[in-house]
Amino acid sequence: MKFNTILSSSLIAGMAMFGLSNVQAAEITGAGATFPYPIYSKWADAYKTETNNALNYASVGSGAGIKQIQAKTVTFGATDAPLTAQELAKDGMAQFPMVMGAIVMVVNIDGVKPGELVLDGKTLGDIYLGAIKTWDNDAIKKLNANVKLPSAAITVVRRSDGSGTSFNFTDYLAKVNADWKSKIGVGQAVEWPAGVGAKGNEGIAGNVAQTKNSIGYVEYAYAKQNNLTYVSMINAAGKKVSPSLAGFQAAASNAQWKSEEGFYQILTNQPGDASWPMTAATFILMYKDPSDKAASAEALKFFGWAYDKGGKAAEELDYIPMPANVVTMVKAMWAKDIKSK
Amino acid sequence: MSDLTVSAMADLTASTDRSRALSAFKLSDKTFYWLTRISALTVLFILGGIILSLIVGAWPAMKTFGFDFLITRRWAPQLSPSPILGALGPIYGTIVTSFIAMLIAVPVGIGIAVFLTEFCPPSLRRSIAIAIELLAGIPSIIYGMWGFFVLAPFMTDYFMPAVIAIFENVPVLNVIFAGPPSYLSLFNASLVLAIMILPFITAIARDVFETVPHMLKESAYGLGCTTSEVVKNIIIPFTRTGIIGGIMLALGRALGETMAVTFIIGNSFQISGSIFSPGTTISAAIASEFAEASGVHMSALILLGLLLFVLTFIVLAAARYMLARLEMKQGK
Repeated sequence: MKFNTILSSSLIAGMAMFGLSNVQAAEITGAGATFPYPIYSKWADAYKTETNNALNYASVGSGAGIKQIQAKTVTFGATDAPLTAQELAKDGMAQFPMVMGAIVMVVNIDGVKPGELVLDGKTLGDIYLGAIKTWDNDAIKKLNANVKLPSAAITVVRRSDGSGTSFNFTDYLAKVNADWKSKIGVGQAVEWPAGVGAKGNEGIAGNVAQTKNSIGYVEYAYAKQNNLTYVSMINAAGKKVSPSLAGFQAAASNAQWKSEEGFYQILTNQPGDASWPMTAATFILMYKDPSDKAASAEALKFFGWAYDKGGKAAEELDYIPMPANVVTMVKAMWAKDIKSK
Repeated sequence: MSDLTVSAMADLTASTDRSRALSAFKLSDKTFYWLTRISALTVLFILGGIILSLIVGAWPAMKTFGFDFLITRRWAPQLSPSPILGALGPIYGTIVTSFIAMLIAVPVGIGIAVFLTEFCPPSLRRSIAIAIELLAGIPSIIYGMWGFFVLAPFMTDYFMPAVIAIFENVPVLNVIFAGPPSYLSLFNASLVLAIMILPFITAIARDVFETVPHMLKESAYGLGCTTSEVVKNIIIPFTRTGIIGGIMLALGRALGETMAVTFIIGNSFQISGSIFSPGTTISAAIASEFAEASGVHMSALILLGLLLFVLTFIVLAAARYMLARLEMKQGK
């Protein structure tokens, strides 16, 4: 008898809490790229403090994110590898850029400080092709006369999962290294000729931090937050650049955003003396006619908030907020294409 | 005549009572029989269902690749229109890591069991046994993390360069132990696997060692055998079936272990001959790529799962056959 009372009262309490919580806070679900995860989680935190609505973002990689939004298990998908207009039309999805960031190379060599090591596109491609096997190779020494390089083997770290970061990285390598373009090509998951695979940007950051004489590619926020040694690059204009917000913005200023093409844009190897060669935009995918229109509307509210109020937080993490004219275009696209009723 | 009738009627009543009592049990007996039978059949159905769904899922890949899947090394899922996928890398990695793990774990596990039953002072016995059982209870992902943060650096910075230097000029071994030493490698994964399967072998070996009749052991000691001779000639032959059962259980775990291996094996589909280079196993390959696979790629991953199933089955069948032959030789 006593057990029955406890059981029934706890059931009622549980249902009441469930009902109450439904009324009070919305939960927006999304999945995808690990590239923007630091800024998305920072925004989610601030948004929850302000509006009590939570954002549940699963940082599983662009490939998995695209698959999940296609399976309609989440409200939005996030990817750094934008879909083409045909792919968007096939699934009935809308795509818009959320924020821009940059890929930097990180290394773990004793005695080398952040920004000290210099690489150019062709050398980087050769390292990832496995053609350059040791750090004291002539090609690297030529760019780094003043750096003491060990004669150790290079441990190349790349992604094991389908990744938009890999897509932008391989796009850059294809543009600057002809061997890479002919042998490997561009993609979210390519046939990496050398190196070990790690899961997510976090995986590469963790691996490089642990493994001596290794090199990997991560979004800049991961390098900065984990105090990894980043590498300076020679850009398309032949100038040596270190990763910085100014350099990323210089590259991003070249972009021509077009709403009809799903805002498709690749920002690697942009011209300009100060441009950082591996800048990238990251995109959100949503259905034009979603099955759960309320959830979709909540998600759009979050993105609108992020555009309007999230710029400062983005810049603190060295992400570049979208320029105002693009934001206007995106919001117009939402009103026109994404059904909310 | 009335006596006969009375006694006949008494017998009749007694037998009616007895049959009524028995039939009351009959129903509960039958229910119990059917409940247990349904449970057993359910297990069979679930197993059959899993195999069937694996085959259905793997069918597109089987049609596309055929037997070439088993001998192709290349793994290129992004090629269009049709990806080129081959299972040789994962199969090689699975077999090599499991083999090395067993090579390390079986002697050590049996050694621990022998120590616990023959040499160990009773005061220490309990604590060592509990420590081994706790080792079995540690979640596999903790093993993966520990392997990544503690074991891999130590092995790669000190052990591997030493071994590479020692075997540099030995003809066959310098291919197996070739540099450069990699943090994430087949060898590190095998070590972690060995530690994970050790408790299974130890626990089962210890249990079967304790079933050896004291009379047998003491008669051997009485004849003047040393402890090692007793172990080799009495204990191990007596418990052969149980030990092989324990080894098979451990091997099954080693073949299928996913999370611990994924962290530390390097996810590389290259086959290089050296155990100090990165590789991949079937379960690590599936874990890495399942989330974003679709179409033929997804079907190929399911086919890999089916292959692991078949591999485990072959190993178990081989073990049983070996046991049967041993027992036949013994005249059983």
